[in-house]
Amino acid sequence: MGIEARDLYLLSPEIALTALALLVVALDLVVRNRAVQTAVAVAGLAAPIALTVVLWADVGSRPEAAFSGSLVVDQFALFFKLLIAGVLALVLLASRDTLGRFRYQAEFVGLAMLSAAGLMLLAAAGDLVTIYVSLELASLPIVALAAFIRGQVRSVEAGMKYLVLSAVSSATLLMGFAWLYGATGSVQVVGVEGAAPPIIQMIGTGDPAVPFGSFALMVGIVLSLAGFGFKLSMVPFHMWTPDVYEGAPTPVAAFLAVASKAAAFAVVLRVLYTALGLDELSADWTVLIAILAAVTMSVGNIVAVIQRNFKRLLGYSAIAHAGYMLIGVAAFAGRAQEPGDASLGSSSVLFYLGGYAAMNLAAFFVVTVVVNRTGDESVAGLAGLGQRAPWAAAVLAIALVSLTGIPPTVGFMGKLFLFQAAINADLMWLALLGAVNSVVSAYYYLNVVRVMYLREAESPDAERVAVGPTAGVALAVTTAGVLLLGVWPNGLLEVARNAVQTLL
Amino acid sequence: MLTAVILVPVIGALAAALVPSRASVIRGIALGAVLIELALSAVVFVGLDRGVSGFQMVERADWIGAFGIQYLVGVDGLSAPLVLLNGILGLAAVLASWRIEHRVREYFMWLLVLQAAVMGVFVSLDLILFFIFWELELIPMFFLISRWGTGRCEYSAMKFLVYTFLGSAFMFAAIIALYFSAPGPERTFDMTVLMGRELAALIVPAGLIFTGFLIAFAVKLPMFPLHTWLPDAHTDAPTAVSVMLAGVLLKMGGYGLIRINAGLFPEQMQQAAPALAAIAVIGVLYGAFIVMRQSDLKRLVAYSSVSHMGFVVLGVASLGGTGADLSGVGLSGAAMQLFTHGTITGLLFVVVGQVYDRAHTRHIPDMGGMMGRMPLIGASFVLAGLASLGLPLTSGFVAELLVFLGTFRAYPWATGLAAFGVVLAAGYILWTVQRTMFGPRLARWEGLRDATAVDAGAIAVLLIPIFVVGIYPKLLTDVFESGLADIMARF
Repeated sequence: MGIEARDLYLLSPEIALTALALLVVALDLVVRNRAVQTAVAVAGLAAPIALTVVLWADVGSRPEAAFSGSLVVDQFALFFKLLIAGVLALVLLASRDTLGRFRYQAEFVGLAMLSAAGLMLLAAAGDLVTIYVSLELASLPIVALAAFIRGQVRSVEAGMKYLVLSAVSSATLLMGFAWLYGATGSVQVVGVEGAAPPIIQMIGTGDPAVPFGSFALMVGIVLSLAGFGFKLSMVPFHMWTPDVYEGAPTPVAAFLAVASKAAAFAVVLRVLYTALGLDELSADWTVLIAILAAVTMSVGNIVAVIQRNFKRLLGYSAIAHAGYMLIGVAAFAGRAQEPGDASLGSSSVLFYLGGYAAMNLAAFFVVTVVVNRTGDESVAGLAGLGQRAPWAAAVLAIALVSLTGIPPTVGFMGKLFLFQAAINADLMWLALLGAVNSVVSAYYYLNVVRVMYLREAESPDAERVAVGPTAGVALAVTTAGVLLLGVWPNGLLEVARNAVQTLL
Repeated sequence: MLTAVILVPVIGALAAALVPSRASVIRGIALGAVLIELALSAVVFVGLDRGVSGFQMVERADWIGAFGIQYLVGVDGLSAPLVLLNGILGLAAVLASWRIEHRVREYFMWLLVLQAAVMGVFVSLDLILFFIFWELELIPMFFLISRWGTGRCEYSAMKFLVYTFLGSAFMFAAIIALYFSAPGPERTFDMTVLMGRELAALIVPAGLIFTGFLIAFAVKLPMFPLHTWLPDAHTDAPTAVSVMLAGVLLKMGGYGLIRINAGLFPEQMQQAAPALAAIAVIGVLYGAFIVMRQSDLKRLVAYSSVSHMGFVVLGVASLGGTGADLSGVGLSGAAMQLFTHGTITGLLFVVVGQVYDRAHTRHIPDMGGMMGRMPLIGASFVLAGLASLGLPLTSGFVAELLVFLGTFRAYPWATGLAAFGVVLAAGYILWTVQRTMFGPRLARWEGLRDATAVDAGAIAVLLIPIFVVGIYPKLLTDVFESGLADIMARF
C-alpha cells in the first residue's frame, strides 16, 4: 500500500501546479514587479500542461490507478486537467489589468492555482473520499477569491454566499456518500484491478421494484447528485450562481463558470457512467437527469431574458448551458444497439465543455476588459461598444452568436453533437426542448449584440476601451477556438471520443 | 464550380470589409462580386444537362467523418433556376442599394454574405450542410434589417430571427432523427442517398419528422398562419433587403418543401396534401383580402407575397388527394412560381423603394399622379403589377396556370377559390396602380425625378426575365421538369 514513484509521476501535474502556486506567492516577497510576476505565473503553467500532455501519451487507452485506486489517471481525467490548466492560463492572461489593481495580486494567483489543482484532482478521483477532499480544496480558495475586493460589499457578499451554500452542499454530498458507503461497504467509485465498481457488484441482490435496487442506494445517489448539482449550477441548486458571478471579480466568475463546472461534470460523468453504468441503474438515473436538464436549461434561459446586469445575465446563461450539457449526460446510451453509440452522450459533453470554455471565456474576457475600464456592468453600459472598441465588440458578438448556437461557431457544433446523442438515446423530446431553448436564448444574447451596435453610448464622449496586449492574446485565442472548432470540429471530437473510452 | 458560386460572394464580402477604401470603391467591389456571381450562376444554369435527371456538378468531400457529415454540393433542374434567380437578385439588390450612405462597408459585406448563404442552401445536398447555410442567413438579415431599416426595424429584425430560428429548431431535430433511423453503417445525411431510401424503421414516426421539416419551411415560405413576421420584416427592411427577402429567402421555404418534404417523404406528403391545399387557399385569400386594407405600399407588396406563396403550397399539394396530379404539372407550377414570384416581387420592391427614395413616403393616400413625373418608374411599376396579377406574356401567368392545371382535378373547389385570389390580385394591383401612379398631378410631386441609370439597371435586371420567361416559358419548364422527374418518380 506504500506510495510508489509511479504514483507521484501520475500526480505530477497537480504537484507542479501546487509548487507553482507556492512559488508565485513566495516570489512576491522578492520581486515587486507585477509584470514579471504575471509572466512567471503564466509561463509556469506550461509545466503542469506539459506534464499532462506527457501523461496523455504515456497512459494511452489504459486507465492507471494511483495511490491504491484513490486516483484514476486515464485520458478522461487528463482531458479535464488540460482544460482546467488551459482555462486558468487564459484567465490570468486576460485579467492582468484587473489583477494589477489588487494589492495582493500574488495571493490571488496562488489561490486560483490551488483551486485549479483541486479541480484537476477531482477529475481523477477514484473514490468518494478523494472526491470530497478535492472538492473542498477547489472550493475554499474560491471563497477567498470571490470576496477579494474587500472594500466592496457585493464582493464580500458573494464570498459569504459561496461559503455558506458550498458548505451546505458539501454536507449534503457527505451525507449521500455516507449512505453509499453504508449500502456498499466501500468508498470506491471505480473498480480496483479490473473488478466491477462496488455498487454494480451489489446490484445483483437488489430489488427491481425499488429505484436503484435499494432505498439506501437511492437516498445516497440522490443526495450525492444534489451535492454535485451545486457545482454544476443545476436547478434547483443554482441560486448562488448569478449572485456570485455578479459580486465576485470578473476573472473569478470566468474561472467558476468554466473550470469549476468542467470538473463537476467530470465527476458526475465518472460516478454515473462508471459506478452506476449498469442498465438496471441507468434506467433510473437517466430519467432523473433528463428532467433536471429540461428544468435547468428552461429556468436559466427564461430568467436570463429579464436580466439587466450583464454579469448576472452570463450567470443565468451558465445555468442554461449546464442544462444543455446535462442532456448529454442523460443521453447515456447503455441501451443503444450500435457499437460506438454508447460513447455519444459523454463525448458530446466533453466536446461541448471544450467549446463552452472558448465561447464563455471570450464573453467573460470582454466583460473583464470593458468593466475594468468603465466600471459599468449593465447591458446598457455596452451601448456603442461597436465604435468604442470594435475588436472587443466583435469578439463578444461572435461569442454570443456561438452561445446561441448559430453556425459557423463551436456552439452550433456542440449542440449538434449533444442533440444527436439525445435523439439516439430516445430523448427526442429533450433535444427538441433544447433546440427551442436556444430560440429563447437568441433573444437575450442578440439583444446584447443589438445594444453594442445599434445603441449610441449615452454620453458622446464615452471612453474608447483599449484592449491590452495580454488580454488581446486571450481574446484572440478564445475567438479563434470558437470559429475554428465551429468549422473543423474533428480534432476535439476525436480527442473527446478517445477520452470517454475508459468511462464505460 | 458550385464551390466557386458559394465562395465568390464571400470573397467579395471579405474584400469589402477589409480593403481600406472609400464608399464608391466598396460599391464597385460589391458590384463586381455580384456580376461575377451572376455570370457563374448563368453558367450553372446553362451548363446543366437537361436531358438527364439527377444531380450534376457534384462536389463531395468528407467533413466530420465521425458522423458521416460531408461537404456535398450539386444542382439539378430544381435548384439550378433558383441559383440563377439568386444571381439575378444579387445584382438587383446591389444596384438598388446604390444610395446607401450609412456604413457602406458593413452593409455590402452583410448583403454579400446573405447571398452566399442562400446559394449554399440551394446547392447543399448534405442535410447538415443545408441546415448550416439555412442558419447562416440569420445573422446578416438581423443586422441588415435592424441597422439599415426604418420604422420599428429592431423589433422586426428580432421577430424575423426568433420566428425563423424557432422553425429551424424543429428542422434540426427532424434532421437528426432522420439520421439515426438507419442501422449504424447506413446512417447518412446525404440527401441523394436518402431520396432513394424507403423510410421503414424510423426511430420516430415519419409523420413527426415530416412535420418538423414542414414547420421550418412553413415559417420561411411563409404559410398561413406562420406569416406574421413577414409584413413587419418587409416593411422595415431597406429596399435591397426586401428584394432579397421576397426574392430568394422565401424561396428557400418553397425549395425545402419540394426537395425535402416531397422528395424524401412522398407517402407523408400525400397524406398531408389535402390539409396543405386548405392552408394554401386560406393563405391566398387571406393575404389578398389583407392587401386591400393596406395603406403602406411596402406592406401591401408584403401581404401580396403571402397570397402568392399560397400558390406554391397549392402546387405542392397537387401531389396528393383523390385524383392527385402525377404528371408533375402542379409541382412544376409551384417551382415556376418560386422563380417568377422572385423576379416579380423583387421588381415591385425595387420600384417601391425608388418611389420612397424620391417621395419619402409609402403612404398610398398621399400619392397620386406620379406617372407624369417619373414615367420610367411608373411604367415599371405598372408592368410589375401586371406580371404579379398574372397577365399573359408575363412569367406570372405561366406559373399560376400550371398550378391550376395541376390541382384542378384533385381539388376543384380549392382551385376555384384560389383562382378567385387571382381576381382579387387584379383588383388590388390595378387599384393600387391607379391610386399611386395615375390620377390628377399633385403639386407636391412636381420636383420628383425619374430613374437614374443605376435605377434603370436594377429595373431592367428583373424586368427582362419576367418577359423572357413569359414569352418562352419552355426555357424554365423544361429544366424544372427534368429536375422534378426524380421526385415525381416516387409518387
